[in-house]
Amino acid sequence: MQNALHEAQTIVLLGGTSEIGRAIVEQLVTPATRTLVLACRRPDEANPDEFARDGLNVVTTYFDAAATDTHDPFVRGLAADHGDLDVVVVAFGQLGDQADFDADPQAAAEVVHVNYTGAVTACLATAAQMRRQGHGHITVLSSVAGERARASNYVYGSSKAGIDAFAQGLGDALQGTGVRVTVVRPGFVHSKMTRGMKSAPFATTPRVVGELTAEAMRKGKHTVWTPGILRYVFMTLRHVPRPIFRRLPLG
Amino acid sequence: MGARDQLESHRAELTGFGLTNPSGAVVVDIDDEVAATAIKDLPARGGIARGLGRSYGDPAQNGGGHVLRLAPGSIVVDEQACTATVGAGVSLDDVLRVIVPRGFFVPVTPGTRYVTIGGAVASDIHGKNHHLDGSFGNHVTNIRMMLADTTVVDVGPDDDPELFWATVGGMGLTGLMLEVTFRLLPIETSRISVDTYRLDSLDDVMTEMVASESDFRYSVAWLDLLATGRRVGRGVLTNGAHAVTDQLDPAASNDPLGYAADQIAVMPPLVPPHGVINKLTVKAFNEMWFRKAPRQRTGELQSIPTYFHPLDLVGNWNRVYGAEGFVQYQFHVPDDAVDTMVSIIHRLAAAQLPIFMTVLKRFGPGNPAPLSFPQSGWQLAVDIGVAHRRIGTLLGEFDRMVLAVGGRHYLAKDASMSAETFRRGYPRLAEWQAVRERVDPAGVWASDQSRRLGLT
Repeated sequence: MQNALHEAQTIVLLGGTSEIGRAIVEQLVTPATRTLVLACRRPDEANPDEFARDGLNVVTTYFDAAATDTHDPFVRGLAADHGDLDVVVVAFGQLGDQADFDADPQAAAEVVHVNYTGAVTACLATAAQMRRQGHGHITVLSSVAGERARASNYVYGSSKAGIDAFAQGLGDALQGTGVRVTVVRPGFVHSKMTRGMKSAPFATTPRVVGELTAEAMRKGKHTVWTPGILRYVFMTLRHVPRPIFRRLPLG
Repeated sequence: MGARDQLESHRAELTGFGLTNPSGAVVVDIDDEVAATAIKDLPARGGIARGLGRSYGDPAQNGGGHVLRLAPGSIVVDEQACTATVGAGVSLDDVLRVIVPRGFFVPVTPGTRYVTIGGAVASDIHGKNHHLDGSFGNHVTNIRMMLADTTVVDVGPDDDPELFWATVGGMGLTGLMLEVTFRLLPIETSRISVDTYRLDSLDDVMTEMVASESDFRYSVAWLDLLATGRRVGRGVLTNGAHAVTDQLDPAASNDPLGYAADQIAVMPPLVPPHGVINKLTVKAFNEMWFRKAPRQRTGELQSIPTYFHPLDLVGNWNRVYGAEGFVQYQFHVPDDAVDTMVSIIHRLAAAQLPIFMTVLKRFGPGNPAPLSFPQSGWQLAVDIGVAHRRIGTLLGEFDRMVLAVGGRHYLAKDASMSAETFRRGYPRLAEWQAVRERVDPAGVWASDQSRRLGLT
C-alpha cells in the first residue's frame, strides 16, 4: 500500500533494463519503499546494485514480454511473493530498424508483438491484480512516435499508437476502482535504444522523463508528455497535411 | 425477526478525511440484524467498519475487500447511573443533541462532533481535557461487539479486559462494535467559560499551558507557524470550563441548557485544483486569527460548538487544500523531551509551509490500551497539503526525532508513517496482536492502514 505522500512500498519495473523505466523508478523509490522488482529477459544484466539502499529489497527476475501467456501467472506470483503491488511501470519495448522490417516482415511482427500485444497482456494482468487489491498505479511507456506515424519508424510508431490508445481506455475502465493509469509520451530520448541515431527536436534524457513522470503520477495525471512542450508541438503536427508532414526534419 | 437475505452494497472508491490515497472496495450497509450475514460474507481481503470517514488517512478503507457501514442505532440515557448506551454508528453530534438539553456532556470530544461512537472507541479519541480526564476509552464501561466468528460479546474494564483494551484504540481490527456504554459528565449549563491569552512566543505559550493546566478542565493552544524570528510559535491559548448557572446572564438563564449546532457554510464542491491554501492566504489568516484574540480575557461564555468544534461550522472544509488533499501530522513527546517539540516547531516554521491548523496540547497519563495514542507530555497536530514536494523527507526526519525520545504518532491521523516507525512508537504491539490472534485468527478484519503498517 502506498501512503498519502504517494510513496510506494512495492514497485515493479517490467522491462528491468530499460533506461527510461529505470529513470522513472529512480524517482519513485523513497525510504518507504520495501521492494523493487526488476523484471526482464536477462535478469543478470539488470544491475540491482544501482538501486541498493538500506531497507530496500531489490529483486531481479525473469520476465519475457513476448510470452504473453505467462503474464497473468507472473503478476499473480509477484503479488504472492511481495504482497500488494503499488506501482507497475510497463517499460519494455523494441525500436527495431525500419529497413530490416522492409526486408523481413516477420521481424516487424516480433516488435509489434512485444510493444503492443505483450504490453496489453502485461497491463491487463496487472490491472486484474490491482482490481483485486483495490489500489495501484500502472505507468505505461508510450511514445510521441505513436501520435503520428512517420516514414522512418512507422512500425514502431503504430505499435505505440496501439498501446497508447489501449492504456487510455484501460485508465477510463479503471475509474472508481482505486487503480490509476498514467501514459507517458516521451519524445526523442538519448538512451542506448537510440544510440547512433540522429537526435530529433526537443530531445531529452531519461532523467528528465523520470522526473516528469513521477511528478505526473503524484498529481494523478492521465498523460505526461516529456518534455512538456511536445504536447503543443504535436497539437500542431497532428493537423499538418501529409505532403508537408513527410518532408519535415523530424528524425 | 430473521436476518435479511440480501445485503445492500455498492462499489466505491474511498479516502479518509485528508482525501489522499483512494482505494476501491465494496461498501456494505448493515445494521445489527444483518451484521452476522455481512461478516460471513466477507471476502479474502476481509472487512473493516467505517463511521463518518473522519480518520485522515486509510484506516477506514479496505482496498479489494468490504467496508461495513453500520446504521446509527439508538441513544439510551440512564440519568441515574449517568451513562449513555449508544449504537456504534451514532455520531457525537446526535448524542450531544440528545444529552446536552438533559444536562449532560460527553466525557471526551475531539475537534469535530462528526465522528461515530464506534470510531471514537476505535481511535481512542482525546480532547482538550486529556490532561485531567484521559481519552474516550477511560470512560467506556461496556462494548457490545460481534467477533469474527459472529458471536456477540460484552466486554468492559472488568469483563475480558484484554479484549476491551485491545478494542479501545484498536482501529476496528478486533471486531465489529455494535453498541457502547460510556459515562456522561453532568453539566449545569451548555456554555463554556473561556479564558483566552494571546502570547507572543512559543516559550510563553508552553509556560502558560503548564502553569494553568490544573485549573481548567479544557486547555488547548493554536500556534502561528508562519510568524518569524522570536515570534515563531506565538499563539492563542484558550482554557475552558463548563459554566455554572450563576455565570449566565438573565436572558440565558431561562434556557441554561439550550443547544444549537448548525453549519453556517459549506465549501463549494469545486475549489481550484491547488486549493485556496498558500503562504499568502495563510499568513494573512494567521495574522488575523492572532490579532483578533484579546491579549487576555477571562470568563467569556462560549457555546459548545464555538469552543469545541469551530471547524464544524464550515462543511467539507477539508477541500481547501485542493484535489491532492492533505495530511495531519500529529505526534506526542514525553515531558522530558520538550526540546524535541520546540525543535520540530522551529523546523516546521523554517520550512515556511502554508500551515494554519497547528494545535498544541498537554496530555495526562495514558490508559491501559496497548495501541492508545496519548501519554503524558506534549502533543502537536499540524495540517500540511500534500502538494508540497519533499514533505516526505521533512516528516521522515521528524519521525526519527519523535521516536528517539520515546514519542509516537496517532493512528487516526496517520497517512504516511512507515511500518517501522509504527512498531517503534508502539512497543506493546505484540501484546495487542496476541489478543487479536485470539479473537480473529483468520484475519477477517483488515484495512489499508493495517496492511500498510503491518498491524495484523
